[in-house]
Amino acid sequence: MKLRSMLLAAAAVTLLAASPLSAKTLRYANQGDLKSLDPYTLNETTTNAHLGNVYEGLTKRGKDLAILPGLAERWETPEPTRWRIYLRKGVKFQSGDDFTADDVIFSADRVRATGSNFTTRVPKDAKFVKIDDHTIDVVLSSPNPILNSQWDTWYIMSKKWAEANGSAAPTPASATTPSFAALNANGTGPFKIESHQPGVKTVFKPNAGWWGKPEHNLTEVIFTPISSDATRVAALLSGEVDIIEPVPIQDIQRVNSGANVQVLTGPELRTIFLGMDQMRDELLESNVKGKNPFKDKRVREAFYKAIDIETIKTRVMRGLSTPSALMIAPELFSLSKDFTRPKFDVEASKKLLAEAGYPNGFEVGMDCPNDRYVNDGPICQAVVGMLARAGIKVNLNAQPKAQYFAKVLKSGGFKTSTYLLGWTPGTFDSHNVLYDIMGCRDDATSNRGETNLGGYCNKELDKLTDQVLVESDKAKRDQLIKQAFQIAYDDYAYVPLHQQALAWGVAKSVKVAQRADNSVLLQWITKD
Amino acid sequence: MLAFILRRLMQSVLVLLSVALIAFAMFRFVGDPVNQLVSLDTPAEQVRQIRESLGLDDPVIVQFLRYVANAAQMEFGISYQFRQPVTTLLAERAPATLELAFVSALFSLLVGIPMGVYTALRRDGVLARVFQAVSLVGVSLPTFLIGILLIYLFAVTLGWLPSFGRGETVKISGSWSTGLLTWSGLKALVLPAVTLGLFQMTLIMRLVRAEMLEVLRTDYIKFARARGLSTRAVHFGHALKNTLVPVITIAGLQLGSIIAFAIITETVFQWPGMGVLFLKAVQNVDIPIMAAYLVMISALFVVINLAVDLLYAMVDPRLRATLKGA
Repeated sequence: MKLRSMLLAAAAVTLLAASPLSAKTLRYANQGDLKSLDPYTLNETTTNAHLGNVYEGLTKRGKDLAILPGLAERWETPEPTRWRIYLRKGVKFQSGDDFTADDVIFSADRVRATGSNFTTRVPKDAKFVKIDDHTIDVVLSSPNPILNSQWDTWYIMSKKWAEANGSAAPTPASATTPSFAALNANGTGPFKIESHQPGVKTVFKPNAGWWGKPEHNLTEVIFTPISSDATRVAALLSGEVDIIEPVPIQDIQRVNSGANVQVLTGPELRTIFLGMDQMRDELLESNVKGKNPFKDKRVREAFYKAIDIETIKTRVMRGLSTPSALMIAPELFSLSKDFTRPKFDVEASKKLLAEAGYPNGFEVGMDCPNDRYVNDGPICQAVVGMLARAGIKVNLNAQPKAQYFAKVLKSGGFKTSTYLLGWTPGTFDSHNVLYDIMGCRDDATSNRGETNLGGYCNKELDKLTDQVLVESDKAKRDQLIKQAFQIAYDDYAYVPLHQQALAWGVAKSVKVAQRADNSVLLQWITKD
Repeated sequence: MLAFILRRLMQSVLVLLSVALIAFAMFRFVGDPVNQLVSLDTPAEQVRQIRESLGLDDPVIVQFLRYVANAAQMEFGISYQFRQPVTTLLAERAPATLELAFVSALFSLLVGIPMGVYTALRRDGVLARVFQAVSLVGVSLPTFLIGILLIYLFAVTLGWLPSFGRGETVKISGSWSTGLLTWSGLKALVLPAVTLGLFQMTLIMRLVRAEMLEVLRTDYIKFARARGLSTRAVHFGHALKNTLVPVITIAGLQLGSIIAFAIITETVFQWPGMGVLFLKAVQNVDIPIMAAYLVMISALFVVINLAVDLLYAMVDPRLRATLKGA
């Protein structure tokens, strides 16, 4: 009897605690975990978006991804190699400390220290000079017009807080002691973290002392990772959560037919593409011996033209993709519309193959992840069928991302002959694509072309890439980028497939701004 | 007896070491952990540094010996994903798994035994046939499918029970937080416990039924009936009691596998236990968690087997005699 009354009392308390009248609690479920709260540990969209509710960078990005002032009120470049940053005054960290130039200088050192996954956010040789408490000069060794393009996710930490808690250095993966900063957050942003159990549950509360004007009306946010697709959709349909990301493509229709829920879809910035090994003299996985067929441009063109992108869009992606002619999303490059995809044409492919000396086609291996991008495995299967019609027999090796990346990336020795990969330029700028994906891999000391898994190389393109980096006139810069992309396009360097769509499941009582980088940002969510 | 225990303990250490070695040999095929730790555009030089600092370039045997040396001091390292000690993470997750396992074991016993008895006594009854059919479903349908079906029926369609998570939890001591003391916690337990326990339940039901049929044919039951004892006393006082010995053995052994194989159920219901932690660790090549979990689970099985052996020795005089002789 005693136990029962205790249970009843406990139940009553929970019920009361769970339903204050005016509270707006948003329950949010994502496929991915929030593993570490240290903002320099893992550079990944979901993690960055989560931490972006708590931490802020010197810049922000708006709903359309335009760069806006953040903790920096404004900035100017008196000389091409000197940036003057004026910091926002009267900003406080959630611990109560004032935000000053010292915190920025501290964060600039910490983000470039060993163990940080964000070292590319700030150039290695950039010097941060304190002018006064709210002014900083950044001195560069060479001009860099896109210096602050990634500063929206370079989150500023409090020097005092980090040093007081033994977290002055980012926690490396090989650490032998637990990290304080991985379990606690102290930012300047619109939300603070009330409790955090890694991989289980994270509770956010609005930060009453935030310097900005809140656009949300939430009083609490409960985030739960739900990795199983079916369970995540069920949780939304049963009204246990208000917003989920992502909705699996095959469930979109069912979610939309629910009375109180809907799916918000939109193009994502990530470009999915196929690449070919053009570097080795003999392919690793092929029946062609003594030469590499992909060194012949006609073979690459045949490969490209054999892919029926519309069928992939309608059948595999159920309409939720935007076929792409470029290796960058149209949102990120204003002249994208000047390019159109070469037409799908199997007969032309066969003819090109015959001209190149492969009238009966050839055999080649293809690497593909099956748990990384939207329907990545099925896309590859479709591609295999399409290439077979042109006479290229593809031996598909689709495996989980952990094994896939171990095989194909630089650390694994680029062991691939053809592959499928997705890429969002971290800077949201074409230079990143030209440098990382299309740059020559021939100089071992440079990190140009590090994700150019097929080793495509054109020195003309590299020259343009270097000009793009230092050109600060926007119109001229866009023309240079266009020329560079034109070279890769004419070379059939890659086979861009599409930009996948993002799909969020949202209760009808919730209004949310869907940003194209797939960041769910709490500050733009309202709930009725 | 002491010699027997010591010998079994020595064997257990060998078992644990070989599990750890096999696990380590397999980790090389799970993928490269470093790629999960950094983003795709991380400079290769940095990737190399991380590999080196983690000691991943050392030969497997060196990594293994280093691991064993640390594990002997109960030091399982820091999780690559969470940057927290693996022991802390496992300790935080253990209550969820243990509570789930305990409740589903209880469910399988409390439902399985009566159903078994009933089907044995009313072999041709309609209800008995229904039970038999249900048990067939329990044995043949995979756990994840049962879980998803239950979610769609009870969470989405009827809206009675939550589809995921543990509900509200109450901290009782140290790192042990329980869901057994709140209404939402109890509600959240129902579906996963049924999903996890369904297979055990059907197993127990079939076992009880078969044993019961066997026992009912024996002479002492006939004598009991001849003595004029009530049917009730014959069935439950004599027959069931003698049925339960193998049932308890099986149920005890199954408890280990309920804990170890809760992985799928935990994933379907996003139950924040050790199983989900392990599965995520596999996907992200978080070797410290995988290694610690596998060693822990094999230790669990070793302990359960040891306990069962010792119990046998205590219960069965014949075995005790041979042990003394040895």
